[in-house]
Amino acid sequence: MSAAPLLEIKSLSVHFVSRQGIIRRRTRLVRAVDEVNLSVYPQETLGVVGESGCGKTTLGRAILQLVKPAAGQVLFEGEDLLRLEAGRLRRRRRDMQIVFQNPYSSFNPRFNVLNVVTEPLLTHTSLRGDDLTRRAAELLEQSGMPGDILFRYPHEFSGGQLQRIAVARALALNPKFMVLDEPTSALDVSVQAQIINLLQQLQAERNLTYMFITHDLSVIEHISDRVAVMYLGKVVELTTAETLFSGGAQHQYTKALLASAPMVNPAARRERIILQGNVPDPANPPSGCPFHPRCPVAIDVCSQVVPELIDTGGGHLAACHLVAGEK
Amino acid sequence: MSEVLLSVQDLHVRFRTYSGVVYAVNGMTFDMRRSEMFGLVGESGCGKSVTGLSIVNMVPRGGEITGGQILLDGKNLLTMGEDELQGIRGKRIAMIFQDPARSLNPVFTVGNQTVRIIRQHLPVSRKEAYRRALETFESVALPDPERIFRSYPHELSGGMQQRIMITMALSCGAEMLIADEPTTALDVTIQAQILALLAELRKTQQISILLITHNLGVVAETCDRVSVAYAGRVAEMGKTDDVLFHSKHPYTQGLLAALPQPASRKAALQSIPGNVPDGLTLLPGCAFYERCPFAMPACLEKPPSLLPVGEPQGSHQVACYLYPQEKPG
Repeated sequence: MSAAPLLEIKSLSVHFVSRQGIIRRRTRLVRAVDEVNLSVYPQETLGVVGESGCGKTTLGRAILQLVKPAAGQVLFEGEDLLRLEAGRLRRRRRDMQIVFQNPYSSFNPRFNVLNVVTEPLLTHTSLRGDDLTRRAAELLEQSGMPGDILFRYPHEFSGGQLQRIAVARALALNPKFMVLDEPTSALDVSVQAQIINLLQQLQAERNLTYMFITHDLSVIEHISDRVAVMYLGKVVELTTAETLFSGGAQHQYTKALLASAPMVNPAARRERIILQGNVPDPANPPSGCPFHPRCPVAIDVCSQVVPELIDTGGGHLAACHLVAGEK
Repeated sequence: MSEVLLSVQDLHVRFRTYSGVVYAVNGMTFDMRRSEMFGLVGESGCGKSVTGLSIVNMVPRGGEITGGQILLDGKNLLTMGEDELQGIRGKRIAMIFQDPARSLNPVFTVGNQTVRIIRQHLPVSRKEAYRRALETFESVALPDPERIFRSYPHELSGGMQQRIMITMALSCGAEMLIADEPTTALDVTIQAQILALLAELRKTQQISILLITHNLGVVAETCDRVSVAYAGRVAEMGKTDDVLFHSKHPYTQGLLAALPQPASRKAALQSIPGNVPDGLTLLPGCAFYERCPFAMPACLEKPPSLLPVGEPQGSHQVACYLYPQEKPG
């Protein structure tokens, strides 16, 4: 990729403090996102995949400054969002939007569709009156909903329809970049396909850049250009979707993850690698490589030294002691 | 003993809600054979979970079984008294659910809960029940069973909790397990562990498993036979490979085409237009009519019957007017 990245994330960390105990108070630091470096290029779809608790959702929110990162930089067209003063950040927000996972909880139940779709326009533009209503109807139609539903309320719609309205809301300010946080995970398969098609069509028409976060590997394979695999707050592998899904995965965790997904098509099935144990407690991560307690090929060094994310050739990054870097 | 263990015949269940009567199950019919893994697959609202709950007569409040039979070894569970049913529920048929954390009691250790279940169903002493419970914990290859036995549910991960649910379910020697979306709340690497455990138990203990799921991949990799449900009825049923790779019903075909596949990367996916029906209105004919690309006037008259297609006779069945609706001969 030759173009300059639209978004550059440098050593981004997000920490949460979790308080436990009623009598004997304890606080623990959870490194939800731990020193993540990523670039997103214009008009690409970067897939972010990982299991629950790996920090993928937090990463998406930290980029948009919806949670406050502890350290690092988020450069959007070269401008560091972490160090931007409030007014400028607010103007920047027009360029970045998000679609959330659960359409039933990402709408205010007292807002009708018009309120939902025009809220960003009222905040950020001077559009008012008939123009505003017309714009809302237009946005809904672009998202595959009829324009005459403006005065209906969220509870009157199905999950798939709500997700289309959420897309219309996200498009209202003509963003350049959208974080799609599990936008189809709450939907049935037959409806999921409709939303994926809509997102792909909008991306082509409007030259959008997507960060698509999901745990569903077949969706990631379908929609992504490049894929970042996360484990315990870290990116452990980053490469093109094509390489990753045609047997080119290098990190043991990625291999196991791909092999665990049940596939309908027998030709697409991979030999199952059943990992032992669970994802470790993020407040108390293992020493060295976070994956070493579950890794089938771990060696001594894995429990002592944290592996760096290195280029293994052709821009394929992996963080594993057993994978050799490019000389 | 006949080959069929459980037979669901023309089951009807409806719910009274504030929005009106919801027709959740409308003539569900299928047979499950001994030591088979049978999949009941469908999208939300297709009646798959309600069917599972009906088998153990646990339809939630507001719901009512209005017709049909559920035969276990030829005896109708729906006409049985509560006492007789108590001897079957938990003892011969056990059930596990999607969210194990909500199925376990948070104030007792999992070992304690297992002992209670055993003593509820079997005439054994506390000591004997304790020994038996620990034995079942060992049999599902839990690491450090004694420690887990003394753990409270919140001390265990979701995957471990689901293992415990399976252990408890089978602690009284149940011959049939109803697993309602047992891996939906779990991560894929943990899902693989649970599915491997179910396959293992089925082999070693010859239990029959009714796997209720929305995930066609899970069905493809685990089930011997499957029935695809839509709007409370079976649309298609047969050997897993026949149903998934030689699908006959337009709904099954649409569902499979909608799955992202490696071959379809970046291309537009085939989607099924419209939405899953809400069950508030019951079409007189085929419930898939409004979304079906092959809909014809005949589809609106009455629901199509589930009838055999292709060879060998009877193993693959479909409910659709695109196929002969008369029994041949």
